[in-house]
Amino acid sequence: MGLISSYLVPILLFATAAWALGKKEDPYDLLLQGGREGLQLLWTLVPTLVMMLIAVSMLRVSGVTAWLGELLSPVFRVFGIPKETALLVLIRPISGSAALSVGTELMATYGVDSTVGRTVAVMLGSTETTFYTVSVYFGAAGISKTRFTLPAALFADFVGFLTASITARLFFT
Amino acid sequence: MVISWVWTGMVAISLFYGLLTGQGGNLSGGISRGAQEGITLAISLAGSLCLWSGVGKVMEKIGLTALLGRLLKPVLYKVFPSCKTDSILQGYLSGNICANFLGLGNAATPMGIAAAKRLASHRKDSVASNELCRLIVLNTASIQCIPATVAAVRSSLGAASPFDILPAVWVSSLCSAGLGLLCAKVLGKIWD
Repeated sequence: MGLISSYLVPILLFATAAWALGKKEDPYDLLLQGGREGLQLLWTLVPTLVMMLIAVSMLRVSGVTAWLGELLSPVFRVFGIPKETALLVLIRPISGSAALSVGTELMATYGVDSTVGRTVAVMLGSTETTFYTVSVYFGAAGISKTRFTLPAALFADFVGFLTASITARLFFT
Repeated sequence: MVISWVWTGMVAISLFYGLLTGQGGNLSGGISRGAQEGITLAISLAGSLCLWSGVGKVMEKIGLTALLGRLLKPVLYKVFPSCKTDSILQGYLSGNICANFLGLGNAATPMGIAAAKRLASHRKDSVASNELCRLIVLNTASIQCIPATVAAVRSSLGAASPFDILPAVWVSSLCSAGLGLLCAKVLGKIWD
């Protein structure tokens, strides 16, 4: 597994570029085009990241983050989810940039290669901004009766948080 | 609008809790540090985002999405039986799932919305069908081959090997999507 994850990226870079050349495409030009789009997206994201990190930083220095962790720790302990991730678990389904801000703070505070840091990373990588996704899709499709979608989607998030806590411990000891 | 409430709520809770516990004096320092961290985070993401958006463009152009779609067909037919009779829907759905898998968020969402509209048009009322609910559950459980953003943050914070979380992310998102779909299947039978 370790071998796969360390060679996946370089192999992917080589394979896609070589494949594109074989198809008479211009991979370098495509990389530049895509890269420009990516940076444009980031540019629109910068103010969000700044504002969210301000709010997240306020929650931490005022002690709310720690208090929330203590408050929820009995529930979290039952499921084996680290209590330090309480704020992330609460905010992940609501806002993607807030979750990224909270997650970055947690990884910096507890160490990026610590169990908490890895749990945070796996949580961020394996869940989505549920409320946002649900509202965008149903809004576009003109659906007013959403039935069981939200409970099922939140259950999926919960499973993601749970397995993130388990895999971050199991795969790295 | 929801985000405005969330943000204002976060600020309000911090302020009142800080006042109550007497730790509020640190708040202004925390605010300036947070603002600075926002820029630092954006800069540390820039390189990776640039690279992966570029790679995404190449993958799109060489038809990797279409190829993945063919491999995925059996699973697709199981979760979304309407695909068997509606080939346009099948195209949207497989495009949505494959683009998500390859981390092409910009391509995945329009495709997913097109699929949702198509599924909604299969019935007259504005009630979500079981398949539409499953589509959305699948989209809220991110199945991603390379979680590039998280890896970028990890590498900016000095992780020894930023991508070593990949297997854990794969297992975790498969469990989340699988059990989410199972939950949707069970609820679909009893919910009217």
